[in-house]
Amino acid sequence: MPLELIANVALGGVLTGLVYGLMALGLSVIYGVVRVVNFAHGEMMTLAMYAAVLLFSQWRIDPLVALLPVAGVMFLAGYALQSVVINPFVSRPEHSQFLLLIAVAIILLNGVLVAFGPDARNALVGYGFDSIALGPVLLDKVRVFAAAAALAGAAALFAFFRFARVGKAIRACADNQLGARVVGLNVKRLYALTFGIGSACVGAAGCMLVLLVDVTPSLGPSLTLLGFVIVIVGGLGSMAGALLGGVLIGLSEALSGLVFSPSAKSMFSFALLVLVLLLRPQGLLGRRA
Amino acid sequence: MAALLDVRGVSKRFRGLMALQRVSFEVPRGEIVALIGPNGAGKTTCFNIAAGVFPADSGTITLAGTRIDGLRPDQVCRAGVGRTFQNVRPFMALTLEENVIVGALNVLPRVADARAKAGEVLDALGLWAKRAEPASSLTLPERKRLEVARALATGPRLLLLDEVMAGLRPTETDQMVAVFRELNERTGLTILLIEHVMRAVMALSRQVVVLNHGEVICRGAPEAVVRDPAVLECYLGEEAL
Amino acid sequence: MSPAPAPAARRRATIGLALLLALLIAAPYGVNDYVLSVLILVLYQAYVGQAWNVMMGFAGQLSLGHSLYVGLGAYASAALFVKFGIGPALGLWAAVAVSVAAGMAIGFLAFRFHIGGTYFALLTIACAEFTRIGFDHLNWVGGSGGYFLPVAQRTQSDLLNLRGTPAMFYYVLLAMTAGAFLLCERLLRSRVGYYWLALREDPDAAQALGIHAFRYRMLAMALSSGLTALGGVFFAFYYNNLFPEQIFNMGRSIELSLGPIVGGLGSLFGPILGAFVLTVLAELLRAGMDALKLEIPGATQFFYGFCLLFVVMFLPQGIWPRLKERLGLGAGPPEER
Repeated sequence: MPLELIANVALGGVLTGLVYGLMALGLSVIYGVVRVVNFAHGEMMTLAMYAAVLLFSQWRIDPLVALLPVAGVMFLAGYALQSVVINPFVSRPEHSQFLLLIAVAIILLNGVLVAFGPDARNALVGYGFDSIALGPVLLDKVRVFAAAAALAGAAALFAFFRFARVGKAIRACADNQLGARVVGLNVKRLYALTFGIGSACVGAAGCMLVLLVDVTPSLGPSLTLLGFVIVIVGGLGSMAGALLGGVLIGLSEALSGLVFSPSAKSMFSFALLVLVLLLRPQGLLGRRA
Repeated sequence: MAALLDVRGVSKRFRGLMALQRVSFEVPRGEIVALIGPNGAGKTTCFNIAAGVFPADSGTITLAGTRIDGLRPDQVCRAGVGRTFQNVRPFMALTLEENVIVGALNVLPRVADARAKAGEVLDALGLWAKRAEPASSLTLPERKRLEVARALATGPRLLLLDEVMAGLRPTETDQMVAVFRELNERTGLTILLIEHVMRAVMALSRQVVVLNHGEVICRGAPEAVVRDPAVLECYLGEEAL
Repeated sequence: MSPAPAPAARRRATIGLALLLALLIAAPYGVNDYVLSVLILVLYQAYVGQAWNVMMGFAGQLSLGHSLYVGLGAYASAALFVKFGIGPALGLWAAVAVSVAAGMAIGFLAFRFHIGGTYFALLTIACAEFTRIGFDHLNWVGGSGGYFLPVAQRTQSDLLNLRGTPAMFYYVLLAMTAGAFLLCERLLRSRVGYYWLALREDPDAAQALGIHAFRYRMLAMALSSGLTALGGVFFAFYYNNLFPEQIFNMGRSIELSLGPIVGGLGSLFGPILGAFVLTVLAELLRAGMDALKLEIPGATQFFYGFCLLFVVMFLPQGIWPRLKERLGLGAGPPEER
């Protein structure tokens, strides 16, 4: 197999992986703080993807530009969802949370099915077929732009949690909920904020992914699953881990799609998940709870 | 009198803290021995090692000549050791009777037999009237008695009681003391109890072992121990005599 | 398990169950083919839901990959039938063996590596998905194109080979569901049942009472996976076609766990009631959509999602505990801790 081909595919996988990483970041932040497993994560991303498609098909707005308003709307939606629906479930057993979010997922999935129909949709931007040459390697422009946006988003998130007062408050909440309450932090509001931020991440990632992949309503569940694989491999609650996990999974999917058949690529990811769960459940960069 | 429980040279370190340092003591068969000492002395650690919750770093623990250190908690129970927990842990969604049945099943595999035994034990601890209530509805002193009942139902030769008198009124304390004394006299049940309530310690135990900072600093009859200068130096307990 | 109900309540419950059973036995004679097929669907969901409930309600482990056992059971018995002519009466033993092996492997890994809660659920999903993709490539049993069983005439009943009328299938499934119910009932009242409950409530306290956690957890895993495998055997011989994409699908795993959760976890009748409510609800919604001439794909499921949301938000313990209290059949839902 020619080296250029491998390099091309590998780099392409890494770039796509960065977008996956941003999605997983949202999931990780939500679980790390609110301790709720968001089974509707993929469906939320699908919703964002459809929003981007709509904005593009109606008003020719480039998804990377639509990114900001879509992320903003998703933030509000996530905030509302957490405050109104999910909050009472934070202290309930896992199966209750799971059922709640499955219900939300079913509603979202079928909502977009009703609104957009079952056919695949995409956003074919003008530069959709252009490539950038990096030595012997040829990279899709869309992939590069999407990855750059993902990195920018991740960086903004890191900065927020590191330096912003609210960001630190959220981290305190995640570390020690009771302690956070004792110091006077409004935990309920912080949870809603966190869910909003996670949803915004997913919204942004959706706008990026729609440049790379066609969207169908049934994409949701596979994205949720992918998100979990990435987050477990990278480390639940670790932001850098989510990105790293995304890159690793993107890379492994691309390469195993090349070496084996394309349909077997997720098999590799699941095998990796099982291994990580058994040998290093805190993930590559996570801390032992 | 032969030792039922023989703790020899047990040490345990938790990261930087030396919780137990070559602790040795015996609990003679049929006796009631109290393990006292200030908070953090290592008493519950001792219990946990004996009960198989975690292993000691070194030393041995023998029950009637058989080594029990390193066994799983359920194996230790089957060997004849019953224990209560310092923060009581009843099965909340089950009734009192069901809680004790779980214990009794250790020696009586048939549920009907276990139920009969559970009834006896509940009666001995004054909980018969509430046997059909869920455990979640009990007050703390009642939960403590349930904890004891459940451990007793497993048919132990040695009962490890972890601060069962805490939070009880003096009359309740006296009642519990009477129950244990009666059990000990009638059945020869050996008891090792961790206690801060000196009223109970003086009334029940024939021997007292004092731990401080993970070391045994004194052992002997209660009257002698409470006058020992080394013991008096460290915090003895909540009640003055 | 809520506190044991008073004898009067138990009597009423037994009579109620007997009546229900009688109704179910008589059903095929009074209903049309469509209703019969819906009833078969209900009983199937009730059966696998009950089997799933053993792992969740008794061992306290949330499995979201139970379709693995359905699929393994289905493919094992189907392969034996198609390739070697071995009927399901014998084939089911192989099906159970394969599924139990898988279940115990997963249980062992989870126990050994201390994986619980969410992580365990994800582990089960990963195993099921891995198997799904694996079977997609397993051309020995048809791969993604599907595996087909030869369908004999549907007029005569051949019980040993599970070939026959829908009514025959109905009674087989009814027997299975009733059998599973009775088995679980027996177990719950036995030493095993008490130990399972204790382990679920507080594993540390349970161990201090002489309960060997590993052994009893594995027992629950084995029982759950084995029972589910039988559901898979039924599935294979009733539908006569197996596709990895469908049978190992995560949606199926979720579907079979919805019944017990909605009906009431850890109760005996919960899974049955849940299966009934959800299946009937889905059919009603579908019929409603047809009547309103709404041909929109996804509309039915859309409303179904809202119904689920409603149930989970207002009946957190499931439908059965509250209903049981209303019917005077026992204590209400245990208070939230």
